[in-house]
Amino acid sequence: MLAIRNLSIAFPGPAGPARVVDDVSVAVGRGESLGIVGESGSGKSMLSLATIGLLPGSARTSGEILLDGKDILRLRERELCSLRGRRIGMIFQEPMTALNPAMTAGQQIAEGIRLHRTVGRSEARAEALRLLDRVRIPDPARRIDSYPHEMSGGQRQRVGIAIALALKPDLLIADEPTTALDVTVQKEILDILDELVADLGLSLILISHDLGVIARSTDRTLVMCRGRAVEEGPTETVLRHPSAQYTRDLIAALPRRARAGLGDEARHAAGGAR
Amino acid sequence: MTAPLLAIENLTRDYTLRAKGATRHLRAVDGVSLAVEPGSIFAVVGESGCGKSTLARIVMALDRPTGGTVRLGGDDLFALSPKALARKRRDFQMVFQDPYGSLNPRHSVGRIVAEPLHLLDDAPRGRDRQSLVARALEDVGLPAQAAERYPHEFSGGQRQRIAIARALITNPKLVVADEAVSALDLSIQAQILRLILSLRDRHGLTVLFITHNIGVVDEVADRVGVMQAGRLVETGTVREVLDHPREDYTRTLLAAEPTLAVLGRRRRRA
Repeated sequence: MLAIRNLSIAFPGPAGPARVVDDVSVAVGRGESLGIVGESGSGKSMLSLATIGLLPGSARTSGEILLDGKDILRLRERELCSLRGRRIGMIFQEPMTALNPAMTAGQQIAEGIRLHRTVGRSEARAEALRLLDRVRIPDPARRIDSYPHEMSGGQRQRVGIAIALALKPDLLIADEPTTALDVTVQKEILDILDELVADLGLSLILISHDLGVIARSTDRTLVMCRGRAVEEGPTETVLRHPSAQYTRDLIAALPRRARAGLGDEARHAAGGAR
Repeated sequence: MTAPLLAIENLTRDYTLRAKGATRHLRAVDGVSLAVEPGSIFAVVGESGCGKSTLARIVMALDRPTGGTVRLGGDDLFALSPKALARKRRDFQMVFQDPYGSLNPRHSVGRIVAEPLHLLDDAPRGRDRQSLVARALEDVGLPAQAAERYPHEFSGGQRQRIAIARALITNPKLVVADEAVSALDLSIQAQILRLILSLRDRHGLTVLFITHNIGVVDEVADRVGVMQAGRLVETGTVREVLDHPREDYTRTLLAAEPTLAVLGRRRRRA
C-alpha cells in the first residue's frame, strides 16, 4: 500500500546540506505493521513526517513515497490536506501538546469528521462517542466533554488515537506513542493498536526507540542508524538472527531482563531442533 | 548487617491542594520506611504519581516531611539547625533526569562541576581547585579539558557524566539519582549504568536510585522498593522482588514491561 523508494532528506547547513535520511526504501502492505527502530538522530521521525507531507519547508527530498501509486512528495498542499487524516492518520508522542487544550475531547474528534464529510453536529458527536468507546476510554459519555488537562496521559493518548481513527484512514503512523507513558498504560495503548490492525485491517507504522515495543507489536522491522536503513525484515528474523552489527549492538544495549526472553526462546528453539 | 547509611522511618508527606474553592489533601508519601547500607544501590521503582520523586526531594532536604525521619549517617536531617544542615549537604548530592535542563548553559563545565564546592569550608582554590575538577571529570570518563567548554558542546550522555562529576566533587556519602538515565538512548543508558556501578565499586558510593524502569533496576540495584500510591508495597533484594514478587502490583509492573520474549503481533494472537 505504501512504498518508500530511495528516499533521501537533507537540510541546508553551514557545511553544506546535511542528510538526515539517506537512500531508504521500505514498504508496508495492507493490514501489516511495520516497526521503525533507531536511536535519537537516526532519521526515523523525519521518515514519518515525510510520509504525511509534514516536513519543514527547508527540507530537500529525493526518491519517492508512493501511496497506492501516487507520489506524496510531488503532491500539492491541497492534495496533501485531503490525504492527511483521510488516508493516513498520525499519532504523536506527547498527547498533551498534540491536543488542543481549549477544546473538549469530543469536539476535537468531531472536528476532523465535519471538515472532511458532510455530517451534522449530532451525528459527528455520536461518531466521536463510538470512537472513544473503541479506544476503551472508561466512561466515554462523560469523557467526551472533558478537556485534555482533566485527563491522564493514557486517556489523552486514547483521544489522540480516536482523532487519528475518525476519518477511517488506511494507514496509521504512531511516532513514539507510548514513550511518555507508564509501562502499564503503555501496554494498554499497544494492545489497542494491535487490535486496530487485526480488526480493522489498518496498516501501522510504529516508530520507537524501544526494541521491546517494536518486538511485541510489529510484523516487520526496519532498523535505522544515522539516516540509513541498516536492516529490514520480519520482526522475528531481525531480532533472532540480526544480520547487521548495529542491530546486534542495539539488542545488547537492552537491559538483561528485556533481552532474557529472546535468549530463552532461542535456546529452546535450538534444543528443539536437535 | 552493617549500620545503614540512610535510614528512612515512617516518612509521610501531605500536600494541601486548593482548586475551584475546594481544599483537598493528598498524601504523596505514606509511611515509607527503608534502609540503605553503605556501598549499596537501593532502587525505588514506581509509576508516575507514586511519590518516588517526592521521596527523593525529602531525602535531599529540598522538601520537609509531614512526619517521620530521614537519618543520614545517624543524623536526623530535619532535626539539624539550618547551619548544620547546610554543612551536612556535602554528604548527599543529586543527579537529575534531564541532562539538558540541569546544567546552566551560560557556565563553563568547570564552573558547573565545581559549584557544590561552596558547601565546603575548606574548599580548594586556584590550581588545586582546577586539578580537583580535572580529576572529577576524568573519574566519569571525560577529558580534563572538558572543563573549559560549555554544556551545548556535549551529547546527552556526556552531559549526564558532567552532572555525575558535579554530584561527586564534594566526595559525598550518598547520591540520589532521580530517573538519571531515563532521557538517554539505550546504548548511552547502558554506559551510564556501567559508570555508576564502577563508581560504587571504586569509591564505595551509596546510591538511592529512583526509576520507573524495572530493566534498569535489574541492571544496577542491590535492593529495590516498589512504590505505589505513596506506599512502599514490597521491598527486598532485586532477585527476591523481580524473580519472586509477592505483591500483585509488582507482578502487574513486571508483566507490562516490554521484552523480546514476545515476538511479532501474529505469533502472540495465535
